[in-house]
Parts: sequence; C-alpha cells; structure tokens
Amino acid sequence: MSVSREEYDQMTKKATPPSRFGRNLVMSFVVGGGICALGEGFWRLYARLGFSKEMCQSLVPVTLVVLTAILTVFGVFDRIAKVAGAGTGVPITGFANAVVAPAIEFQSDGKIMGVGQNIFRLAGPVLAWGSGVCAVYGVIYYVITTMKK
Amino acid sequence: MATRRGASTIALTAGSTIAGFACVGGKLEGEGPLRSGFCQIFPDARAGQERWEQAEIEMHKSALRLALRDAGRAARDVDLFFGGDLLNQCMATSFSLRDMDMPLAGLYGACSTFALALGMAALAIDGGGARRTMAAASSHFCSAEKQFRFPLEFGGQIPPSAQRTATAAGAVLLDAAPAAARRPIRVSAVTVGRVRDLGVTDANNMGAAMAPAACDTLCRFWADTGTEPADFDWILTGDLGQVGSRLLRELLQAELGPEKTAAFADAHRDGGLLLYDLDRQEVAAGGSGTGCSAAVLCAKVLPEMEAGRLRRVLFVGTGALLSVVSPLQGESIPGVAHAVELQAES
Repeated sequence: MSVSREEYDQMTKKATPPSRFGRNLVMSFVVGGGICALGEGFWRLYARLGFSKEMCQSLVPVTLVVLTAILTVFGVFDRIAKVAGAGTGVPITGFANAVVAPAIEFQSDGKIMGVGQNIFRLAGPVLAWGSGVCAVYGVIYYVITTMKK
Repeated sequence: MATRRGASTIALTAGSTIAGFACVGGKLEGEGPLRSGFCQIFPDARAGQERWEQAEIEMHKSALRLALRDAGRAARDVDLFFGGDLLNQCMATSFSLRDMDMPLAGLYGACSTFALALGMAALAIDGGGARRTMAAASSHFCSAEKQFRFPLEFGGQIPPSAQRTATAAGAVLLDAAPAAARRPIRVSAVTVGRVRDLGVTDANNMGAAMAPAACDTLCRFWADTGTEPADFDWILTGDLGQVGSRLLRELLQAELGPEKTAAFADAHRDGGLLLYDLDRQEVAAGGSGTGCSAAVLCAKVLPEMEAGRLRRVLFVGTGALLSVVSPLQGESIPGVAHAVELQAES
C-alpha cells in the first residue's frame, strides 16, 4: 500500500468527525451545575429538618447516590448521560452509575461470581488508585503536621 | 475445481450456488431501511431468554432454521457448516449447533466472519469435499457491549466515529447443484485477506482501522482476476461506516487513480450504512458487527440478485481484529477483509 502510517494518521484525523464540543460543554455545565444545585437544595432541606452539618455532609451524597441508582435501574440515567456527558459523569452521580450499571448487567452471570467480580469493573480504578493516593497523602499530611508541632 | 488466480485469489469453476438464505434482526434493525428483507424481527432484545448471550444464540438458531427451510433442507443434509460470531470462543455459533446436526467449522474474523464463512463454504463444495455447506454469522448489540465495552445502563457519550453493533444473524446454504426453482447465484471467486494495520488505536473508530485491509483485498482481487470496479453492479463492503467508507475511497484514489475510483464510488455500498437510517436512528457512523454484513447480504443483496436487478456483486467483509485486552496493552487494531464474488446467472 502506498500510504504510510503517518499519512494515514493524518487522513484518519481529517475523515473523523469531531465531537460536538460546544454543545457538550454547555450541556455538561448546565446538567453538572444542576446536580450541584440539587445537592445544595437537599442540604438546606436536611438543615431545616434539624440535621447537624456533619450529618448533612453524609446525607446529601447518599441521597444523590440513591437517586442515581434508582434512575439507573429504570434505564433513565444513561439517556440523561448521553446528552449531559461529563455533567453526570463527574459528580458523585457518575460514580454511583458506574457501580450500579455493572451490578445490573452481570446479574445474568450469577450473584456471587458474576456481580461480585464485575461490580467494580468500572469504578475499580477510581477506588484502587483513589484509596492508594489517599493513603500516601495521609502520610505526607501526618509528617507535615507533626513537624509543625 | 478451485484454481489459483494471481497472488491471492481462488477462482471457483465447478461452482457452488446459493440454495437458500435467511436473516433475522432486532427491533432497531427491523425499523431500518431493510425491514422488509428480514425473515424474522425480534422486538424483544432478549428474544424471550434470560441472558443476552442466550438471546443471540436464539437468533442465530432462527437464522439457521429459516435458511434450511428456504432451501427445503434439514440440518443432516449439510456436509459442513462454517460460522462465527463476536462472543468469546464463538459462543453463539457453537451453542446454536447443539440442537443442529451439522459438522461445525467455527471461524473468527470479527465483522468479516460472514464473508470468510461464505468463501470457505463455497471452496469446500468446489473442491469436491462437500455437496452442501452452510455459512452463518451473528452479533447482538447487548452481548457485544457487555463483552467489549460498557454495561448497557452505564451513562456515557459515544463519539461520532463509533459504530453500533447490529443485532442480527444471517445464514446461507450452498449447494453443488443449482435448485430448479430459483435463479442460480454462484460464488465465483474468493480472496482471503491479509492482516493490515496502519496504526489506528481508537476502538471507537473501527471503520478507519479496517479501511486499509479493504483497500488491499480489493486491489488484489482486481489485479488477480483482471477486473476493475466498473465490472461490478455493487461492491459491498461489510461495515466500514461513514468514516471507513470515506477513507477507503481516499486510499483507492492513491492506488487506482481518479477514474477507477469514481467507478468504485458509483458501485460502492457499505453494509453499515445500508442497515440503518443514519439521519433517523441513533447509530453514530453506522452499523457494524458480525451480523451486520450477514443481514445486509441476506436481506438486500441476495434478494436483489434473485430478482435479476443485480448481476455481479463483489462482497468484501471487513473485520477489526482487536481483542478485549489489546487496547489496554496499547496495541493498534489489525484489520482484515475477505472478498467473495457473487454472480447471478440470467
């Protein structure tokens, strides 16, 4: 074939339509911001109901996670995410969806091995490296605060 | 008897004719432009089964039964069966044959499997090793997503270059002797493709990964047989989609020059673009999957040939030979394309 790899790479870049950057940017901003505003709304609601600040810090994410799980189970979440992109993916809703979706999918391969092995298929990298980095950060934080004393 | 032509092509002289064919599809495929060509549409993606894999097996079996019925044959009349699918270890194919009494030669060529199976099935008859053979392939959007991509309910965006795996299965029965009642469609030449890789790593751009293989196989076929694009009513690529089809024409331009490329563009159709209505259905750059070209051939091309509207068709199945682990290991995607020439007698 007379076309080199480099030439073909250029041809491919030219022939491949770009993602709708502008629309994706606006939609992720609107939906992502909307989810944060919803979280704020729940915070105020829980505060009004008399929960402490610490309790609200736990209750708000839990509410969003449960809502996402329900929307995922009913097949609504992926339709919103198709339009919202990073807007639903970046907040805690994205993480909740990434755990619930494989849990549904791998029911068919058995609850113990199917769901058990695959439930963290998507969230696994975030969990593993997130906790790993947290541990390192914790050590650094401990050393610095001890030295300051 | 099969004879070697040029560097890569096998010409079939004794001839094996198409004695029956059938295809089945899912809901989306049944709402597409080829709806009337499907023998059976499964509105339920699970096809009445509990699991996606079982659903694909059910569809695969239906295609086989319907093709056998179309040919007026039973499974035991088939001397050799060639087929494959996208699932690990070709699960849909081998599990379908639990209920059918045929000697199984399982094949894997990703989305090019159907062309490969059809070529092998024709060669087996032409070589005198079989009187009747079958070629089949299937894919299912949900079982393929589960294996290769993300769980169905995972929320994410697909880039415009991605292609949708077709939920479809197709099967063809070939016979050494032409049936009296139907216009004979003969498999007249086969070019088994060579692996071509121009370094595409994006699994969401498989059309781009497969186009170089399609270009290579087509040029070999034309050189070996002394034909050119203008000799064919249709040149059907399997599933290059929008991006791959465009790239194939650009690659051919460099190999053949503008005149022959224009003739190619006139005759060129792509299975991934025929199966769905890209303006109306959410399939990004078109359809793909092992079942895609199988369904397009059985729902559109073979009926048109039997009706006498298409006489000479060059069918080039295209496959992206990536595995589940190869993208994680930073490997580029090897492509392959197999050409099968079909001729309807007048």
